[in-house]
Amino acid sequence: MTEEIIIAGFGGQGVLSMGKILAYSGIMHDQEVSWMPSYGPEMRGGTANVIVILSDERISSPVLTIFDTAIILNQQSMDKFEKSVRPGGILLYDPNGITHHPTRTDINIYQIEGAQVAADMGNTKIFNMVILGAYMKLKPIVQMEYVIKGLKKSLPERYHKLIPLNEDAINMGMKHIKPYHIVS
Amino acid sequence: MGELKLMKGNEAMAEAAIRAGADAYFGYPITPQSEVIEYLMAEKPYERTGMVVLQAESEVAAINMVYGAAGSGKRVMTSSSSPGVSLKQEGLSYIAGSELPCVYANVVRGGPGLGTIQPSQADYFQSVKGGGHGDYKQIVLAPASVQEMADFVKLGFELAFKYRIAVLILSDGVIGQMMEKVELFDQMPRLTDEEIKEKYPWATTGKAKGTERRIITSLDLDSLKMEKHNHHLQAKYKLIAENEVRFELFNCEDAEYVFVAYGSSARIAQKSVQLARRKGIKVGLLRLISLFPFPTKQIQALCDQGVKGFLAVEMSAGQMVEDVQLAVNGRAKVDHYGRFGGIVHSPEEVEKALEQKMIGG
Repeated sequence: MTEEIIIAGFGGQGVLSMGKILAYSGIMHDQEVSWMPSYGPEMRGGTANVIVILSDERISSPVLTIFDTAIILNQQSMDKFEKSVRPGGILLYDPNGITHHPTRTDINIYQIEGAQVAADMGNTKIFNMVILGAYMKLKPIVQMEYVIKGLKKSLPERYHKLIPLNEDAINMGMKHIKPYHIVS
Repeated sequence: MGELKLMKGNEAMAEAAIRAGADAYFGYPITPQSEVIEYLMAEKPYERTGMVVLQAESEVAAINMVYGAAGSGKRVMTSSSSPGVSLKQEGLSYIAGSELPCVYANVVRGGPGLGTIQPSQADYFQSVKGGGHGDYKQIVLAPASVQEMADFVKLGFELAFKYRIAVLILSDGVIGQMMEKVELFDQMPRLTDEEIKEKYPWATTGKAKGTERRIITSLDLDSLKMEKHNHHLQAKYKLIAENEVRFELFNCEDAEYVFVAYGSSARIAQKSVQLARRKGIKVGLLRLISLFPFPTKQIQALCDQGVKGFLAVEMSAGQMVEDVQLAVNGRAKVDHYGRFGGIVHSPEEVEKALEQKMIGG
């Protein structure tokens, strides 16, 4: 099994750290992982993306242009990556701020109101965990147990008290994901 | 089994320097390799092993600190990215002339000039054909994974001291910035001053009574002596060329065509092999691990085996391809493909280039 994912959005949305948690959970799962960020002049408000690969085999290219799953969190990323989803693959997006919704009919498209759910929960910083929860609903291969372990590994000790909040956010993401277009 | 961690290539290299028992790291930050010095400063190896970490005032200062420390037999390392490595070339030439061991890394970015901060492999010529002045070589290792970023620091120090030579770890923004699983080797002890005195009779460790003065220099105004010194250097490089060639083959058993690539391009080309094989094209990959020494004999063996064409895949306008041409010597078709100036080619682009340049062309 190999899962090739791109997560793309604004800098500051937690795109890179969400990718890192996926990679950690892959390691806990005894998988091969790679995490390749776009790097450079990215900052809060600019675009940021990361390619994460989880595989049972040795990973060849960490740089890809076609993905099994695209998680898209702003319009610029939609413009850039809608076409990069493999036919039959998954596009998961937050409709907040999206003016041109995806139009492809050969892929499975889901929405998650991540920004709204996080705001309703009273903490916009857990936005990326809501999105992660929605993804985990679609791909149960990434299990909560490993994500929590991954969070413990990637968060400094002083933030460990926030792990239950993150777990709640993941559960909310799982609950609020809805299909937008499904390949029949 | 060692410790398993998720790390960036740059971080793995920094941690490996500590674990390899390095005595010092001197550097100056530059994207995309600043994580090396950031990691070392945060990790405080001076508390763990006594290793010195110092941010020099410039790349030029850092390489000259390396020169000084290496002269006293210490395990010392520096790192930079393309524009910074250009600044270090004078020092590297002196290090070659004085036969000093050291490890340094170039996490290559697009050039020329300040260029871009995105990945590139356009420093191949600088790395294997000199870079500084004079007839000299350095061992060049090209990691293609975060694991190798760590492992080649250890290997690099072994080779550097075995041959009294600079070892360059040549990676790029992809390998430096990406995170992968890495199994770290166990902490090795730093050598004591007594051990250094005993092991390295050339090192300037202080003159004892009744012993010869040890001088570290690259200067000799007696040209005959300098010619003799150059012959000695060339003999050493020949020995390295015979004994230290490193490479890896993928799917070459029945290959009609072979991608030749190193570092991140080798990872990308490996995926291109899979894409092409699905179309029934018999293609393999020769991944270069050592760039100097170059695996000339292996390329000739592939010619003997009946390979019809070699496509050099590198993120440059075509540099390594010249060494492939020299090795092939007209016995098969040789061409180059690569995006450059900071653009990374995709596995699909590389596969398409194979069809167009090797099969169709």
